[in-house]
Amino acid sequence: MMPVIKNLLSRPWIWSWLAAAAAFMLVMLLTQGRGASELAYAALSFGAFAAIVGLGQMLVITLGPGNVDLSIPATMTLAATLALKAMGSEPGTAALGLAVAVGVGIAAGAANFALIYLLRLPPIIATLAASLVYQSIAIWSNRGLRIKPPAELADFATGRTFSVPNVALVGIVLSIGVWVLLERAIFGRWLLAAGQNLRAARLAGIPVELVRAITYVAVAVFASVAGYLLASFSGGAALNMGQEYLLTSIAVVVIGGTSIAGGMSNVPGIWGASLFMFLVVSMLNSYGFGAGVRMMLTGVIIIGIVVAASTRRTRA
Amino acid sequence: MIRLFARHRILLPVLSLAVLLAATFYLQPRAMSYFGVNLLFNLAVPIALATVAQMMIIMVNDIDLSLGAFVSLAACVTATLLHDAPLLGALVLLGLIVAYAGLGALIHAFELPAIVVTLGMSFVWSGIAVMVLPSPGGAAPEWIRAVMTVKPPLVPMAVVAAVLIATVTHFLIIRSGIGTVLRGVGGNATSIGRAGWSLIRLKALAYALAGLFGVLSGMTLVGLATAADANIALRYTLLSIAGVILGGGEFVGGRVSAVGAVIGALTLALAASFLSFMRLSPDWQIGAQGAILILVLTARLIFTRRDKEQG
Repeated sequence: MMPVIKNLLSRPWIWSWLAAAAAFMLVMLLTQGRGASELAYAALSFGAFAAIVGLGQMLVITLGPGNVDLSIPATMTLAATLALKAMGSEPGTAALGLAVAVGVGIAAGAANFALIYLLRLPPIIATLAASLVYQSIAIWSNRGLRIKPPAELADFATGRTFSVPNVALVGIVLSIGVWVLLERAIFGRWLLAAGQNLRAARLAGIPVELVRAITYVAVAVFASVAGYLLASFSGGAALNMGQEYLLTSIAVVVIGGTSIAGGMSNVPGIWGASLFMFLVVSMLNSYGFGAGVRMMLTGVIIIGIVVAASTRRTRA
Repeated sequence: MIRLFARHRILLPVLSLAVLLAATFYLQPRAMSYFGVNLLFNLAVPIALATVAQMMIIMVNDIDLSLGAFVSLAACVTATLLHDAPLLGALVLLGLIVAYAGLGALIHAFELPAIVVTLGMSFVWSGIAVMVLPSPGGAAPEWIRAVMTVKPPLVPMAVVAAVLIATVTHFLIIRSGIGTVLRGVGGNATSIGRAGWSLIRLKALAYALAGLFGVLSGMTLVGLATAADANIALRYTLLSIAGVILGGGEFVGGRVSAVGAVIGALTLALAASFLSFMRLSPDWQIGAQGAILILVLTARLIFTRRDKEQG
């Protein structure tokens, strides 16, 4: 029994899951067990969006220090806006909308990487500057429009299969894809190698610039898909819909146990952290804290987890 | 010509600002007056202070994603506590600076990634700001209002303030002994440690300086806006990072320029006015700011690359 626990505790992802479970229990303590399945359902629905953008951000952060995508919110908004515009609420256009969203993601990711590679800009500045441009395009094309998603797409995004939210199923399928890519495919090895030591990876013959290009496109595509789903889920695209996902995407990566220094990814941790981020807000909500206290405690808890994770790292 | 730019990194930010200023005056000749210039650069004062604050953090190889929230909080405290109970308000603002120093020490002691800790702190600052000032309002203390609206002879207040900020930080960071050591932390922390300096104290000092300039940024912002709200300065986080880089700073290695950072902030503030003079549709103004940022950085790339080629 003890070795099993020890083995479990040595996994970086276990902590985010324990934290999520603790937050869940604290809510249940207050409601005396009522509404457990509703809470779990809501956590899975809202956590799915955080998990999808978090997966993309994780891949970029794995590339090593300095790599981060700050254009995620703008890409989400732009993809959702253009996809809804293309669909125009017509039935049977869900696939077209998805294609538009993915197209926007590929274009945005390619543009980001072009700035980073051709202009040698630090990724933080490149994605920041590019996100201002995406934001402008979204504002311009969203002017005065409030387009509803097609009915069947809205039903899918808010619906459930085997009592699991559909958006969570999409998120899980994507997560499994990323996990297989990282753990079982040559690309994953290349990505991790590039993140651990870019120069060594290049000398070993790994096409590092190609790896970086694919990763920056992937994060934008993940953001676009999340934007497409979120707009379908909430009945339309809004200009500020992506806003909270900038902080969330970075927070779930770090809480999930992925090393901010790069070269180490962790897919299960992303899900634990995404559920935790939703549950901690519900917990503070159900204990009746005001908006200010809620935000403050969220920040303190995030920092607390990062500090705890770091002391564990230095001991090991 | 190119070698000249490569050797004096400050020339490019100066030139960018001059070109943008000339273009603005060309589009709107009436802006070329005492009143016009003051209007163009008024809002640049808090942005310049926030940029200097960000520079202190970037100087020691960290990055602060909570600065916008922190400036908002400082503004909220200024518009409420400092106005109603000056002594208590001053103590709270001092406490904020001490908290920043503690943050620097915490990041160093546990070897935490600054990007994550400051991200978490942005929630904390915003949360406290909402508690201090739940809805937009408050009032600027009279003396801050008076300082921000003072009309010096010949040159507008905004320009005097920018020169003052640039001079003070230049002497603090570039010319003074402790400033050189602080930049050394960004350049090679190990060798500074070996030379007998306490790294944790230096990190705390750099963060405390950032906190000081962040508080000043919030106070001047309230002086201009006469009221505050918990989200008043959230965009300063990105503006300040962009300002440091525009001014010729680098993300690593302690290569920062105090004068450049102030010029970078002025350029960003001017870009907004320039775009509205161009009668560009408001839809595209944010995007055009991004484009200007990319443009200036591209110009810098050309010079720095030549610099390396020539050895």
